[in-house]
Amino acid sequence: MSKKQTLVVIGNGMVGHNFLENLVASDIKDNYDIVTFCEEVRPAYDRVHLTEFFSGKSAKDLSMVTEGFFENNNIKIHLGDKAVEIDTRNKFVTSAKGAAISYDKLVLATGSYPFVPPVSGHDRDNCFVYRTIEDLEAMTEAAKSSKVGAVIGGGLLGLEAAKALQDLKLKTHVVQFSPRLMSAQLDMGGAQMLANKIEALGVSVLTGKNTTKIIDGDNCKHKLVFADGSELETDIVLFSTGIRPRDEIARASGIEVGARGGIVIDDQCKTSDPDIYAIGECAVWKEQTFGLVAPGYSMARTVVANLAEQYAVFEGADMSTKLKLNGVDVASIGDAHAKTEGALVYTYQNGADEIYKRLVVSQDKKKLLGAVLVGDASGYGTLLQYTLNNIDLPEHPDTLILPGRSDESVGLGPDALPASAQICSCFDVTKGEICSAIESGCSSMADLKVETKATTGCGGCSALLKSVLDSELEKSGITVNTDICEHFAHTRRDLYNIIMVENIKSFDTLLEKHGTGGNGCEICRQAVGSILASYWNDYILKQEHLSLQDTNDTFLANMQKDGTYSVVPRMTGGEVTPDGLIAVGQIAKKYKLYTKITGGQRVDLFGARVDQLPLIWEELIAAGFESGHAYGKSLRTVKSCVGSTWCRFGVDDSVGLAVELENRYKGLRAPHKIKFAVSGCTRECAEAQSKDIGVIATEGGWNMYVCGNGGMKPRHGDLFATNLDKETLIKYIDRVLTFYVRSADRLQRTSVWMENMEGGLDYLKSVVIDDKLGICSSLEKQMQHVVENYQCEWKTTIADESKLKRFRTFINSDKTDDNILFVEERGQIRPANEQEREHAAVAEEV
Amino acid sequence: MTKWIDICASDDLQADSGICALVEGQQVAIFYASKDKTVYAIDNYDPFGKVHVLSRGLFGDIKGEPMICSPLYKQHFSLLTGACFEDNTVKNKIYPIRIENNRVEISLEG
Repeated sequence: MSKKQTLVVIGNGMVGHNFLENLVASDIKDNYDIVTFCEEVRPAYDRVHLTEFFSGKSAKDLSMVTEGFFENNNIKIHLGDKAVEIDTRNKFVTSAKGAAISYDKLVLATGSYPFVPPVSGHDRDNCFVYRTIEDLEAMTEAAKSSKVGAVIGGGLLGLEAAKALQDLKLKTHVVQFSPRLMSAQLDMGGAQMLANKIEALGVSVLTGKNTTKIIDGDNCKHKLVFADGSELETDIVLFSTGIRPRDEIARASGIEVGARGGIVIDDQCKTSDPDIYAIGECAVWKEQTFGLVAPGYSMARTVVANLAEQYAVFEGADMSTKLKLNGVDVASIGDAHAKTEGALVYTYQNGADEIYKRLVVSQDKKKLLGAVLVGDASGYGTLLQYTLNNIDLPEHPDTLILPGRSDESVGLGPDALPASAQICSCFDVTKGEICSAIESGCSSMADLKVETKATTGCGGCSALLKSVLDSELEKSGITVNTDICEHFAHTRRDLYNIIMVENIKSFDTLLEKHGTGGNGCEICRQAVGSILASYWNDYILKQEHLSLQDTNDTFLANMQKDGTYSVVPRMTGGEVTPDGLIAVGQIAKKYKLYTKITGGQRVDLFGARVDQLPLIWEELIAAGFESGHAYGKSLRTVKSCVGSTWCRFGVDDSVGLAVELENRYKGLRAPHKIKFAVSGCTRECAEAQSKDIGVIATEGGWNMYVCGNGGMKPRHGDLFATNLDKETLIKYIDRVLTFYVRSADRLQRTSVWMENMEGGLDYLKSVVIDDKLGICSSLEKQMQHVVENYQCEWKTTIADESKLKRFRTFINSDKTDDNILFVEERGQIRPANEQEREHAAVAEEV
Repeated sequence: MTKWIDICASDDLQADSGICALVEGQQVAIFYASKDKTVYAIDNYDPFGKVHVLSRGLFGDIKGEPMICSPLYKQHFSLLTGACFEDNTVKNKIYPIRIENNRVEISLEG
């Protein structure tokens, strides 16, 4: 074995980090000792979603580094240390803090810096750029004493920055030098439509303004003076006037740089020094630089392949983009400006709905060269495939952008795509790769996401991915049977709708009218039992519902491995009085129960025989407790931190809200269990972002997260809405939960429900916030019904003599099950294991 | 002659669900299919969980064959043969059972 070589990566931004991830996942991982320099104090984070920092995401949320990544892969990272010089002859790198590292191979991923035009006054206080988390933190601080903000630069990033200023509650202006916004991507018509839409959102747009100087303002901190003599007053100035490659280390070390900056690379991403590569925004390839992350990732893959001695070349990148700016859909594809010789243009403009679409096609009308979409970017995926795969256009290309006519018959079916077609550009997943994943057993969107990573970047390809999946499954003859079981040829959702529309109140009626015969089984019985409980919220042990409940629901307790049950009284928000705690303790002691604190901030009492359950509950109810519904597929707990009432850092009363929410939703039956948490500040001690519904207090109100999960497959909750007052928060939770109850599959947690939802988070927002389906009032009404019909199931049961009969161990004897055996451990009981049982049996015989 | 042992009133049965009886020291799970007005009896012991809990499982049928689903690990047992649907090496004991004059009677001989 030869000695390991050293590989040094300068820069731990998105591209540098992506390179490391690719490298450690490759076969050549063990050939290298890996060292990386990171000038910033934080390792790689998601700059693309930087704006979300203002809508509640923390620096930690934005991090791209999985826990333990550097340690587990033996990568030495020099954090907060800048590499300043490369000695290419002796092959070592020196850093600002004095580190000197020898290398065999070197990768430059130094990124870019924001360009600030040299207007006088550009370096005044409260003039910022928009690149790093430190920039954002400084802006946030300055915003506290400001009223007005202006972004100089109306490109893509500038408009994102304007959103950030708005989120900071500043009156926001965008100042653009060119006569149109997003001048690189949009034509005049598209830009005008975009400007209208952005102004409608309260951002003022000034175009054709050349800022000549920044001086003291009269009413604000600054005054921008423009070449045409006009002026604008503002407290904060944000420059977003383009980026420049960071090539200073290459210049200082004699590595070739381009005429307009950037480290020159060839098709293998090699610089003028054969042992040094450059990737991402610092590189210039065929006189082009790439300010998007996807081409940088593509370069990173190329370098890893070359190090592994596989043939790979970087072939440039498609600079098409699709994004949502302040809720406005904008997309640009290929040659949007029709610069190709002989190009023809189709334009569709709908002033009423503020939609603008433009197609650029070749002279013979056979190929799509480019497109611009504003206000409705739903055709982006299809149009992009036309250009990327050079597919022949339909006879009348305008059918692709005209409303009503652009239905599926002219849209591009997934079968028209070649296997090489790139479906997911973020992770470079081709249709061929998706097809082989399907062949090897993936049959759902969730499977494909795990297997191929497709749609897990920007998510823009999810509709296309779904259509490929459906088409492939259909072709391979796999009919995906979505029937809930052999007794009903329906999905859970169908059954829900049938019950709702036909007002069905019992399983027997449903089975008779819509079943396929037979007596049902544990699958349909439980599912229907759950739907009936969600919709009508009847007492679940009513005679007609009794046979639908699994043992936990039948006995209102959780069966454990030895056939005994555990008992969980509700402690809303994790709050319990000393007297309550004493009562629980005394009852546990009396019945010799094992006690443990649960993850949901309450006490679980184990080892109760079925015949003891009513006795235990009689005492718990007398002490003021009610059912904790730990046995049901229903709302479990609303966890909380102690909040502003006691905590020095608390921003709002998290316990108070948690108690209110738990009392509102307790007893709600759902396709699966539901957990909430409320944190009183962004330190997030209640871990709300790992819950089905998470709420975090901020200075501006409550931030709401949805569809998080801990457990086997952890999922970070999605930020659903920010700065809500309590009434709006409750309204949204009502709607989200009822929509989940109505539409999820059986035993599907909210996290998986979200993963499988076509349109994902944006769709859920459109249903719940914008009322796209017109069902919000019905969703709220249904929740109100559930809330009003809440009952403590244990209270009802204790009061009904006929129900108590069920809790006898034997119908014909007062004896109890003598097979239940406990032994003592750490001062409490636990079920005896098999050996201990045998031992006890022998002892008894003797 | 089969020896029938009296267990309980037929009103004590739970429609489409189970109860448990202690018959000469044996735990027997008893299910009543309301649609077919048929009663079934199977050993209450769950051979997978190794505890006596089958009476507390969910009742139903698979392809027309009445079955009980274990509340612990969800295996299915035929109420006609006692056979486990998931593992053909496992079979629970089935007992003859009937309703006579509104009384439920069982035989341990079967």
